[in-house]
Amino acid sequence: MIDLADTATPAAAIMNEPPYDELVLEARNVDFFYGKNQALFGVDLPVRRNAITALIGPSGCGKSTLLRVLNRIYALYPGQRAVGRVVLDGEDVLHEQRRLPWLRKRVSMVMETQTGADPIEEEQVLRVGTDLARLRARVGMVFQKPTPFPMSIYDNIAFGVRIYHRKSKAEMDEIVETALRRAALWDEVKDKLHSPGLGLSGGQQQRLCVARGIAVEPEVLLLDEPASALDPISTAKLEETLVELKKDFTVVIVTHNLQQAARIADYTGFMFLGRMIEFGPTNDLFLQPKSDKTRDYVTGRFG
Amino acid sequence: MNAFNSGDEGFTPSPRSSAGDTASLRPPVRGAWFDPIFEYLCLSAATLLLASLGGLVISLAIGGWPALSHFGWSFFTSTTWNPVTDVYGAAGAIAGTLITSFVALALALPVAIGIAVYLVEFCPRAIARPIAIAVELLAGIPSIVYGMWGLFIFAPLFAEYVQMPLMMNAAPGSLAEKLFAGIPNGANILSASIILSIMILPYMAAVLRELLMTVPPQVREAAYGLGCTPFEVVTSVIVPYIKRGMIGVVMLGLGRALGETMAVTFVIGNAHGFPDSIFASGATLASTIANEFTEATGDLHTSALIALGLVLFIITFTVLALARLLLSSQKY
Repeated sequence: MIDLADTATPAAAIMNEPPYDELVLEARNVDFFYGKNQALFGVDLPVRRNAITALIGPSGCGKSTLLRVLNRIYALYPGQRAVGRVVLDGEDVLHEQRRLPWLRKRVSMVMETQTGADPIEEEQVLRVGTDLARLRARVGMVFQKPTPFPMSIYDNIAFGVRIYHRKSKAEMDEIVETALRRAALWDEVKDKLHSPGLGLSGGQQQRLCVARGIAVEPEVLLLDEPASALDPISTAKLEETLVELKKDFTVVIVTHNLQQAARIADYTGFMFLGRMIEFGPTNDLFLQPKSDKTRDYVTGRFG
Repeated sequence: MNAFNSGDEGFTPSPRSSAGDTASLRPPVRGAWFDPIFEYLCLSAATLLLASLGGLVISLAIGGWPALSHFGWSFFTSTTWNPVTDVYGAAGAIAGTLITSFVALALALPVAIGIAVYLVEFCPRAIARPIAIAVELLAGIPSIVYGMWGLFIFAPLFAEYVQMPLMMNAAPGSLAEKLFAGIPNGANILSASIILSIMILPYMAAVLRELLMTVPPQVREAAYGLGCTPFEVVTSVIVPYIKRGMIGVVMLGLGRALGETMAVTFVIGNAHGFPDSIFASGATLASTIANEFTEATGDLHTSALIALGLVLFIITFTVLALARLLLSSQKY
């Protein structure tokens, strides 16, 4: 683990809440570029274990971009690049860019080293860089639009698990059921596990995607406006699910819905024009914002 | 947003009731008089198409009837096609058509998938565009050019470097010897299949590429987001996503291969009868028609050729109908 107590980043300075929860993921001084356009300017984001961290801000402020940096899904697209550090369990996952952009997609098989064994091995890990596929298994993502795969409900969940583990039929059945229960979808689909995932309603599809994301047991689950295409009832169910999930996972959620952030998030970051304006416990940010910009936004004066 | 759009029908005043109140106050929409005419124009275009299709089938059936009634079922089962004795059986040409088309499809499909996946998933954008344009250009080359190239360049090379070595090395009496038997001139069933596969390849690759590009980026991102490798993403998510479209691509390729005339006529060797090896000369329905139409003097001969056209039509139609059936029975 990297000791974060003596790394005085701006976010850590804003964030002077005494009982520090353990940091699982942290973005430090991240700049992001879409080609020549800079979208993020020195953004810091501490993500605490077993908490929900919400990112709010007007459209185009870079909150989704920041989310996409955290599991490096942006690396699918040549021309997008991030500078800075993203530390996951003490391991910098945002290593140097390779010269040939399409090579970035390739998986470096080098990364079989165990993390957290001893300091020397950790140094090794930092130098070697991160296996992208493995990173994304540790930092899962749910997108704005539901994205079930073109297979059955059961296979949608089993698919991700099969990549990593060989499981017996019974074990897999259990994993699928647990994931669906955790995502509060089990009761609605238990009788039609083998019908297509695309046949579900929008809200069910989105909870299927959450179930798929948690079935591979990620450390952090990123959600990019997961409720923006859902009706109020589905949204409420999804929020319940997220609060439940907090026990086992760490959640980072981008949302346009301020009430949603206020309802479920333990920590909230307000972003504006590619900068992290303010970050802190949700109550502080909504009730005693330190920045005028934040106050204007959370009171609905702009955005 | 969507939830609102789909859910609020109860709140919008129905257009019918509001139209009744305001109809007398508002002038009619200016273009309204044209609407019925527009509808009839579209209808007549559709009718024209159906009528010409029907006319085609009927005239093929009438033209082919003398041959069909004269030979009965043996027209479809006999491999004898002899204009001198006026005996016509289409089995050889039907077999030639089906064999060349399916072999061509089997050769072209994996390559087309490879091209399309590479272009969409892996290729740097700067190179992807020129390659995509080249693929589309290839699709536009007239078939007679392929035929000429096949006859003058491909066939001799094929005979020398593929056919001869295979024939020489096949053990006497073995299955290989039977399979590879033939005149080593490069004009045979297999080289026709290869030329056909080259012809349908760019079509299939271009359409597959379009199909792959219709896969929403979120689906790819979701798969990568689970920690899939590119291979897993392509095989487990992207290809299943376009499965329905792929059947269409296969049928497009097959349809083109079944009816292709000029290129095949050049390189298939044009021998009647059932092809007994992959290096045997053969004929397809289309190549037989193309070769003999000018020489068909007897009524029965002409009628037999028209019947071949009818058979080709039926085969193509069946293929398309099967494709429809497969598409509608797809689960996902």
